[in-house]
Amino acid sequence: MLSEEELQSNVSVASSPTSNCISKGGGLKVHNYFGLSDSSSVESSTLSGNVEDDKATISLKATELTLGLPGSQSPARETELDEKPFFPLLPTKDEIFSSSQKNIASGNKRGFSDTMYTEKNWMFPEAVATQSVVNKEVTQNIPKGQLGTLNNSSSPPAAKAQIVGWPPVRSYRKNTLATTCKNSDEVDGKPGSAALFVKVSMDGAPYLRKVDLRSYTNYGELSSALEKMFTTFTLGQCGSNGAAGKDMLSETKLKNLLNGKDYVLTYEDKDGDWMLVGDVPWEMFIDVCKKLKIMKGADAIGLAPRAMEKSKMRA
Amino acid sequence: MNYFPDEVIEHVFDFVTSHKDRNSISLVCKSWFKIERYSRQNVFIGNCYSISPERLLRRFPCFKSLTLKGKPHFADFNLVPHGWGGFVQPWIEALARSRVGLEELRLKRMVVTDEGLELLSRSFVNFKSLVLVSCEGFSTDGLASIASNCRHLRDLDLQENEIDDHRGQWLSCFPETYTSLVTLNFACLEGETNLVALERLVARSPNLRSLKLNRAVPLDALARLMACAPQIVDLGVGSYEDEQDSESCLKLQAAIRKYTSLRSLSGFLEAAPHCLSAFHPVCHNLTSLNLSYAAEIHGSHLIKLIEHCKKLQRLWILDSIGDKGLEVVASTCKELQELRVFPTDLHGGGNTAVTEDGLVAISAGCPKLHSILYFCQQMTNAALITVARNCPNFIRFRLCILEPHKPDHVTSQPLDEGFGAIVQACKNLKRLSVSGLLTDQVFLYIGMFATQLEMLSIAFAGDTDKGMLYVLNGCKKMRKLEIRDSPFGDAALLADVNKYETMRSLWMSSCEVTLGGCKRLARKAPWLNVEIINENDNNRMEENGYEGRQKVDKLYLYRTVVGTRVDAPPFVWIL
Repeated sequence: MLSEEELQSNVSVASSPTSNCISKGGGLKVHNYFGLSDSSSVESSTLSGNVEDDKATISLKATELTLGLPGSQSPARETELDEKPFFPLLPTKDEIFSSSQKNIASGNKRGFSDTMYTEKNWMFPEAVATQSVVNKEVTQNIPKGQLGTLNNSSSPPAAKAQIVGWPPVRSYRKNTLATTCKNSDEVDGKPGSAALFVKVSMDGAPYLRKVDLRSYTNYGELSSALEKMFTTFTLGQCGSNGAAGKDMLSETKLKNLLNGKDYVLTYEDKDGDWMLVGDVPWEMFIDVCKKLKIMKGADAIGLAPRAMEKSKMRA
Repeated sequence: MNYFPDEVIEHVFDFVTSHKDRNSISLVCKSWFKIERYSRQNVFIGNCYSISPERLLRRFPCFKSLTLKGKPHFADFNLVPHGWGGFVQPWIEALARSRVGLEELRLKRMVVTDEGLELLSRSFVNFKSLVLVSCEGFSTDGLASIASNCRHLRDLDLQENEIDDHRGQWLSCFPETYTSLVTLNFACLEGETNLVALERLVARSPNLRSLKLNRAVPLDALARLMACAPQIVDLGVGSYEDEQDSESCLKLQAAIRKYTSLRSLSGFLEAAPHCLSAFHPVCHNLTSLNLSYAAEIHGSHLIKLIEHCKKLQRLWILDSIGDKGLEVVASTCKELQELRVFPTDLHGGGNTAVTEDGLVAISAGCPKLHSILYFCQQMTNAALITVARNCPNFIRFRLCILEPHKPDHVTSQPLDEGFGAIVQACKNLKRLSVSGLLTDQVFLYIGMFATQLEMLSIAFAGDTDKGMLYVLNGCKKMRKLEIRDSPFGDAALLADVNKYETMRSLWMSSCEVTLGGCKRLARKAPWLNVEIINENDNNRMEENGYEGRQKVDKLYLYRTVVGTRVDAPPFVWIL
């Protein structure tokens, strides 16, 4: 991937004082694609020069369980990285979504977080190979999509999972093949369009709801739908607690409620375990999700302690 | 030669058809220049902005055929924003005003409008041939004008254009008296066709040689069309979706048996897997086969068809054929000259359909191979070295490894040595596209050995400016250089400004070139148009004081004799 000089320089960048990455002497080459050398929570990935490994490593990182709600950033990371929340469960700043979606060349309507995690994606998200960690020379040699955009301060900072104009196939050909494949899917009657209903329960709510997971394309859509669905129950809760009884429950307050202050969204997977929603790629999630549950803060402590801390900090 | 009257010299010149040769002839002396310019029939303009229609008409008042190319090649891959340019309208208007007896217009990557097509159809009485490749901006209404007004039309060839299909009746606009059709290609239209009008048109066109249908022409219509036009040499099947033993299928098979003249087969935009077997009877005569859109046909069916195609010279196929399929091609198609293997899965999925083994097999089995475009997942230096040894006759060698920066998958080395072997062995190489992990070394090889190279495409390659310099200094015949996502900057760009006068164009996107560098270049070379294409915030480039060091997103420069073009959109900044 990189010639020897670049590897050396990359390694030297990586071996900053706080880092615990493997040194050059060990015969292993270290690549700092995530720019997380200063964050001890994630070890640097080792690179054997085989790109297949890279892909595996990256996806492993992506599915790694981290403490804290997706969308919340560990304090160490926040300061130095331009890291976008991988799976913002709840609608975060609009600009992140809109700018990232603008950059999806294929016009794929899924959010950028989804495209980053398709198996086929070889691209290192631009967001994580940041300038703060990598020096100028190395920038040129790190495999990433848009060299130009990394240096061009005016470009949107979203991750580009697919490179514009690559592979070099005429758009006419791309469109024609896409149409053909779409038609064949319909002809084969693949269950691509079948609905996938799962039960949604909420602590304290008198009855459950059902949602069709396939009618959403990312976590953001799911969370907004759930918000709308469970508004009435939350209102009820507030009233009985007397905490915000007098205030009209505005949209933002509702968001705060669901945003980690009091409620956490969880799901039961195929193994029967209760997991925090948002860790895995959307496609993987809808494959394994059997039930959804909106848990109250106290119950959810075991799953998301950091979220609780953050909400206390905000309060 | 000065003792011969001009008519004799002119007659001799008639045998010289290549543009390059005619350009050379015109440089010999004033007399030859004059004779040549009045007798030139076919004019080729590789960059529509290098010259103006007025100057064209002044130099060549008597031409019959014009070929124009507009947008840069990378526009094919969405790298050039919509509205950049390449408008044919001013050309059509200027030609219409003049007395040129235009008979043929061939356009590539240009913006065409319905108004332009209408003007074209009304202005040239003897207009015979319209060939549009990768163009856009017009609809079937424009085609209706052509059909209605061009009494002597022979060719209407629409290749891979973006046409707004109004599902109108353009086919029925051909008058009933019109019988001179030779080529009809509307495969790129998306909408329904008037099948009755089509059948009647084909039935009254005894000279029809090439017919390429779109996906809206169903099997039974195809069968009927084929039955009334057995003289067809080049057939593009639209759609072939039917039960194996249906009546239409049987009719088709009966019609095919009469197709003794068929040499070229393409299309299958919508195809049932078994449909190819109907064509087995005609395979032994086929010289050209394009199944690169037939995504639904399995490799095994492709292989069964190809086993019969012993005379094949040109094959365009999808990588679903696999290495095994390519081995069959190698053992069957001994006359093969051109091969293109396109990717089915554009995102480089785990499905390794073709690898270096397929390429090696082809190079070993097909001694006449001279052009290749090969998309694959992986490559090795050893394979490329073997290919170079087997096939030193390559004129065009385009290899696209789907994953940028991917090294030799066995040794993890860059692919410098492999491509180096190719350029060293292939002394006639004119076009090269490189991919995979590449350092400056490969460009040293290219500069040293690729003496005939005219077009080079570079993506995600190289380490320093030296790479680009090796190419600019070494490849004396370079005409088109296009580079993306490679670390070449101002030093390389500015090293030899006069080099660009010998080239048609240079494209650099997502490289290290700065605005300051481009400005310096534009100052040094007023005969170049230096275009900066900046989709985001063009103004911001000028605001902050760092403008000189601001990286340029896309740079496109080309030589021109007519200065800055006037039709540039706001996001294009011509220095």
